[in-house]
Amino acid sequence: MSTNTELVQNKQKVKWIAFDLRAYTMIAALVLIWILFTFLSGGSFIEPRNLSNLFNQMSVTSVLAVGMVLIIVAGHIDLSVGSLVGLTGGVAAILNSTYDWNAIVVFAVTIAFGALVGLWQGWWVAYRAVPAFIVTLGGMLIFRGVLLGISDSRTISGLSDGFKTVGTGYVPQEWGIVVGVLAVVVFTLLLVLKRVSRKKFGFDIEPMVLSLLKIVLVSIIVFTFVLAMNDYKGIPIPIFVVIFLAIIFTFIAKNTVYGRQIYAIGGNPEAARLSGINIKRRTLMLFVLGNTLAAIAGILLTARVGSATVNAGTMYELDAIAAAVIGGTSLLGGAGTISGAIIGALVMASLDNGMSLMSVETFWQYIVKGGILILAVWMDIYSRQRKNKG
Amino acid sequence: MTIALEMKQITKEFPGVKALDEVTFKVSKGEVHALCGENGAGKSTLMKVLSGLYPEGTYEGEILVDGEKKAFTNIRDAEEAGIAIIYQELAMVRGMTVAENLFLGNEPQKLGVIQWDYVYSETEKWLAQVGLEGIRPDQITGELGIGQQQLIEIAKALSKNANILILDEPTAALTEKEVEILLNILREFKKRGVTCIYISHKLNEVFDIADSITILRDGQTVATHDTADIDEDKVISLMVGRELTERFPRVEANPGDVVLSVKNYSVKDPDQAGKYLIDDVSFEVKKGEILGISGLMGAGRTELVMSLFGTYAGLTSGEVEIDGEKVKIKNTEHAIKKGLALVSEDRKKYGLVLGMSIQNNITLPSLKWISPYGVISENEEIKHSKLYHQSLRIKAPSVESIVGNLSGGNQQKVVLGKWLMTEPKVLIVDEPTRGIDVGAKFEIYNIMNELIKKGVAIIMISSELPEVLGISHRVLVLNEGKLTGEFDYKDATQEKIMVAATGGK
Repeated sequence: MSTNTELVQNKQKVKWIAFDLRAYTMIAALVLIWILFTFLSGGSFIEPRNLSNLFNQMSVTSVLAVGMVLIIVAGHIDLSVGSLVGLTGGVAAILNSTYDWNAIVVFAVTIAFGALVGLWQGWWVAYRAVPAFIVTLGGMLIFRGVLLGISDSRTISGLSDGFKTVGTGYVPQEWGIVVGVLAVVVFTLLLVLKRVSRKKFGFDIEPMVLSLLKIVLVSIIVFTFVLAMNDYKGIPIPIFVVIFLAIIFTFIAKNTVYGRQIYAIGGNPEAARLSGINIKRRTLMLFVLGNTLAAIAGILLTARVGSATVNAGTMYELDAIAAAVIGGTSLLGGAGTISGAIIGALVMASLDNGMSLMSVETFWQYIVKGGILILAVWMDIYSRQRKNKG
Repeated sequence: MTIALEMKQITKEFPGVKALDEVTFKVSKGEVHALCGENGAGKSTLMKVLSGLYPEGTYEGEILVDGEKKAFTNIRDAEEAGIAIIYQELAMVRGMTVAENLFLGNEPQKLGVIQWDYVYSETEKWLAQVGLEGIRPDQITGELGIGQQQLIEIAKALSKNANILILDEPTAALTEKEVEILLNILREFKKRGVTCIYISHKLNEVFDIADSITILRDGQTVATHDTADIDEDKVISLMVGRELTERFPRVEANPGDVVLSVKNYSVKDPDQAGKYLIDDVSFEVKKGEILGISGLMGAGRTELVMSLFGTYAGLTSGEVEIDGEKVKIKNTEHAIKKGLALVSEDRKKYGLVLGMSIQNNITLPSLKWISPYGVISENEEIKHSKLYHQSLRIKAPSVESIVGNLSGGNQQKVVLGKWLMTEPKVLIVDEPTRGIDVGAKFEIYNIMNELIKKGVAIIMISSELPEVLGISHRVLVLNEGKLTGEFDYKDATQEKIMVAATGGK
């Protein structure tokens, strides 16, 4: 049917700079919020000490949001992670404080416990076809109840120093520099490998200038971050964990068969099933991952606060969902990115931090955050509608 | 004859595309006027302009109804002028009753209270008008057949006093019998002076019902003719802009070994105990041949192939052999591994993830093969999808284009590419050319012909008899789950197949 001229038109036009307006709007909004708070707080917002604090505050929500993105992308929801943060934090604190277990062992056991809980919730969703909303709503109540039971409704403190380091420690300054250099080297290496591979396949390669520009840009971002953090006490360990997990899960989402299948299941479950994807098994795994992350978040929170309380993690599931959605995850499933969710978490944490810094009253903080959530999602929908209209 | 509707010099532009370019369209009162053209020729856009979906001011040109200039700013304006459109996809709330659907958005009320007695009596009246006397107004719409739902849509349009009725592919999902009923009703309307605009890819229907025919190509009016002065081949050549030497490019089969053999196969109805959807069916398919499966809607054709592919809920019994080896397909993953592929009848629902790119769709069932240690090799993915992008001539700027933005024909090619990448031994295609224009159909046939040359066995389900007769080498006919006929294409005729399909002897 097509003639030669059509084939010429068919030839792929390679766009090297994909301009994702939505992603940039979110970053622009974040920068705007930062500038606003810096201005209003007379500069104390942007000080390394406060930024360090801000990153610490966002870490728990971020870890939860990373797992939440994948669960929402697959068309589910997890309302239990807040309670699970409380429960896993409580379990860890009891093992560490009451039974004097070594912190490393406690972490391993707690994370395994999170995975087990995920297996249980995932089984109900995947193999018993109970909607995730219901299963995790039940989980939310059950886990909080178990926490109340095992802790006797008391706050558990007296954690070992090793335990607390995870939430309050810093990567030593000199090691921070090493990590920064390493990050840039790895990034450069990946870029080179990509070029070599594309060449091997005979595809067009992006212009050298652009590659160099990318490396320079990444270097600037990495070292601004590292140096700013070093100016205070170094990179906080929690944010280090967040960055590490975000990279791992971005890789899973974008580069693995598992990740692709999750997006396909969320985009069109019927088509995914007919393509030979075992939806039940993938769904089960999804909750294992999400709840494992919740356990990690539970450890981070308990370590940072220095104790486990019965109310720990209350409403965190909603923060995680809000972060994911602000970051562009579609509640209809099929679309969403980890990096977006991290930016979403950063937006929420910045609002919290900035308003507290300016001693805005709590009731206003709630109102503003709620308003921003609605506004962000509306912007998302609006930009999508415009895109569809051409 | 008076002119009921005239569209003059209609031009409609989208950013970068001129969808309609000074289109002129004239319909006489009381006629059935067919509008033909390939997908993307501008038929739907023209009808959207006419029905007020694209309001006055977003296009150039003018619309005259009964000689009077009209400016529609929304659908309601068009309805008030007596124009009603019935879309390809049914716009019914399946869980509501027939009466509720008929008056949806238009409920007769007094002080906000719906006048149910009036609704029911009116509904009965309109149902009778479209030959649905047997349907009660309080029946749940979703329980009715697609054909009946289609007729209810028409009744709904009539109830709004439409005298110009636009039907967009009304028979795409109907059985032959339902089509006949629909066409009869349209003939009835014609006598009463209702004007119909009939959009269809099925030219036999067009020639059966239409008085005149307007052909669009690339957003321009190519010609308007009385159907008496023109034939199918001429219409097709006007649509595609060149002579089509043949519509069904059959190549001779060179059958090899039996690939798939099905013996005494039965499928139970998952919803109704004791009922069989497929009842003791046996057949085999050889390498390098196309086996057509014909039958009326509800004969169990789709259920047969879905259950062979391991994705139907009903319990099965009987034997299935692939390459002489007995297999019991457990799920689709297993089926794909054994060399089966299924291009389903509903590509949007079962075939594609519309929000994903061409390359992500094509590689979906084959990811394992291009992903060492579970990590997708991006370049392998691009390489393979580019291969199908080119060899199947998918019209899209790149393999990264989102599938949802492609035309039906190109979407179908993506589905084909997706299954070809699994290198199947048996490719099952269920209604492979449904809703696709003539040119793309021809290409799909050619792709199938290429495949059988390479030794793939193809099973093709089709409701279009000319297609079954024109492409396949052998034809099986199903009736209510039973095999009622098997023909070599040389002996098969439409009559023989219809007799077998309706259970006659």
